[in-house]
Amino acid sequence: MQHISWSRRLFLAVNSSFLIFLAFLCFLPLIHVMAVSFSDSAAVAAGQVTFWPVDFSLKSYDFIISRPEFIRSLGITVERVVLGTFINMMLTIMIAYPLSKEARSFRFRTGYVWIFVFTILFSGGLVPWYMTIKNTGLLDSIWALVIPGAVPVFNVILLLNFFRGLPKELEESCFIDGAGHVRTLWSIYVPLSLPGLATVGLFTIVGHWNGWFDGLILMNKPEHYPLSSYLQTIIINFDFSQVKQEDIHKLSQISTRTSKAAQIIVGALPILLVYPFLQKYFVKGIVLGSVKE
Amino acid sequence: MSSSPSNVWKGGAKREMKAAKWMRELPLHLLLLPGLILVLVYCYVPMLGVVIAFQKFTIFSGWFGSPWIGFDNFKFVLDMPNTGQVVWNTIFIACMKIVAGLFVPILIAILLNEVTRSSIKRGVQTLIYLPHFLSWVILGGILIDLLSPSEGIVNALLGKLGVEPIFFLADNRWFPAVLIFSDVWKEFGFSTIVYLAAITSVNPTLYEAAVMDGANRWKQTLHITLPGMMPIIVLMVTLSLGNVLNAGFDQVFNLSNPLVYESGDILDTMIYRIAFNDAQYGVATAVGLFKSVVSFLLISVSYWLAYRFANYRIF
Repeated sequence: MQHISWSRRLFLAVNSSFLIFLAFLCFLPLIHVMAVSFSDSAAVAAGQVTFWPVDFSLKSYDFIISRPEFIRSLGITVERVVLGTFINMMLTIMIAYPLSKEARSFRFRTGYVWIFVFTILFSGGLVPWYMTIKNTGLLDSIWALVIPGAVPVFNVILLLNFFRGLPKELEESCFIDGAGHVRTLWSIYVPLSLPGLATVGLFTIVGHWNGWFDGLILMNKPEHYPLSSYLQTIIINFDFSQVKQEDIHKLSQISTRTSKAAQIIVGALPILLVYPFLQKYFVKGIVLGSVKE
Repeated sequence: MSSSPSNVWKGGAKREMKAAKWMRELPLHLLLLPGLILVLVYCYVPMLGVVIAFQKFTIFSGWFGSPWIGFDNFKFVLDMPNTGQVVWNTIFIACMKIVAGLFVPILIAILLNEVTRSSIKRGVQTLIYLPHFLSWVILGGILIDLLSPSEGIVNALLGKLGVEPIFFLADNRWFPAVLIFSDVWKEFGFSTIVYLAAITSVNPTLYEAAVMDGANRWKQTLHITLPGMMPIIVLMVTLSLGNVLNAGFDQVFNLSNPLVYESGDILDTMIYRIAFNDAQYGVATAVGLFKSVVSFLLISVSYWLAYRFANYRIF
């Protein structure tokens, strides 16, 4: 056993405590809001709720689930996540494969790469983007949420690097056996890249679930809002000119607080559910995407 | 050019080989085609669409029918009383976020690396990048609840310490700090991973040699760990250069209100309001074009620097 000095011990103890405190700081706010959402509004108003529900109640959840807008926007989000993830993943695979080739075997590779990468470097900005989507007739339809962002260039780069990490001999032996590019991609590259695809796929799902801004401006009718956009209008957009009336309407305001808390939790729940999977893969994923030989 | 039979034969073979090469590459082009069309329509058409900045654009006249007015939109923006303040806010908030978002993760990565018990190390790591995956709608909602002057838990705690309630989200002295602090809170865990990866890639024999030379942990950190992280730190600094005008639209949009426009309004939120509240599409595009061009120059320089000094290539 190696001797550990007392100052080292002290440092380790302080350091660990500090880091654990920091970790708590990252999720305690969420726990607090969760406690508020499950508490009776009177207890919340009295300021009794910290990190555990007081007078446990499901009224807030009852309330939000009973609202037709909520269910409808949830349906739109589910549609968006399924459709958007499918399209994103197909395109990511289809683009990453050709671009992962050496310029020697695919002469136009560099040119194509620049076409895609340039979109990271420069953009037309908000208004021309909006006008393009309007002119292609997507406004107010589910396609507005999945088609304009259908090519996630960062994910393409991530997967492209994953493909490049696969041994060249695999591809060569496929060609010798008479398989073409498409066959090689589907039967060899895709199955072998499942960890990379899982990373990209989870990023995509989270991105579509969280996406709120496009819904907000591309949908003219609130009935077409996905959940995140709907929550944005409910949770965030309260009118500050009414702050003074807060005291008068205290009772109604308080129940608003618990119902807002419940909606925050519902918005965060799917992320919390996929989080264990996310974190299993994505550490590999982002390190892969950021540190390269 | 000679035309001996052997050369004709060679030329024919060359052509055949070229055709074969085309045939072999054809599936690759076809795989790219759908994505290429989508990128051309939804990324490159808007790039050409920036001509709106030089038009008196209305929805009904469109790109081809709106009258050209030269640089009038830009002059209009420069004459607006708060433009200078908004540009300053943008640069200030963005730069503070870059600096804080650089130091905090480096510090946490070094501290995490010192933890010997792997259960603590893994547990802490698992929790600190949770906020990264939540949207600013959710986090904004949480912050608004926590920071409320009448009911929020933060002000309740401050009240116990005898501090008067602070309206963090409506006070110009506090608002930028809230933006910077909450941004670090959301993102530091995520950036920490990159630095931790850099630390673990440091050659362990260096530490052994240092111990032989009598270096304590502090000296080891200073002379081995930090220099070992340097390439990735340099890389992160250069790449963050491109974000000098990105103060974080999602965050500011979800946390700000007219009371804090003075300290918290940024270019992106201004563009949004000019476009969708005032319907002045030309002016909004002009501001957007300014931002895009400056950002493009900054990103180009930063990528060039990263390539030159850190040997980094994005693809």
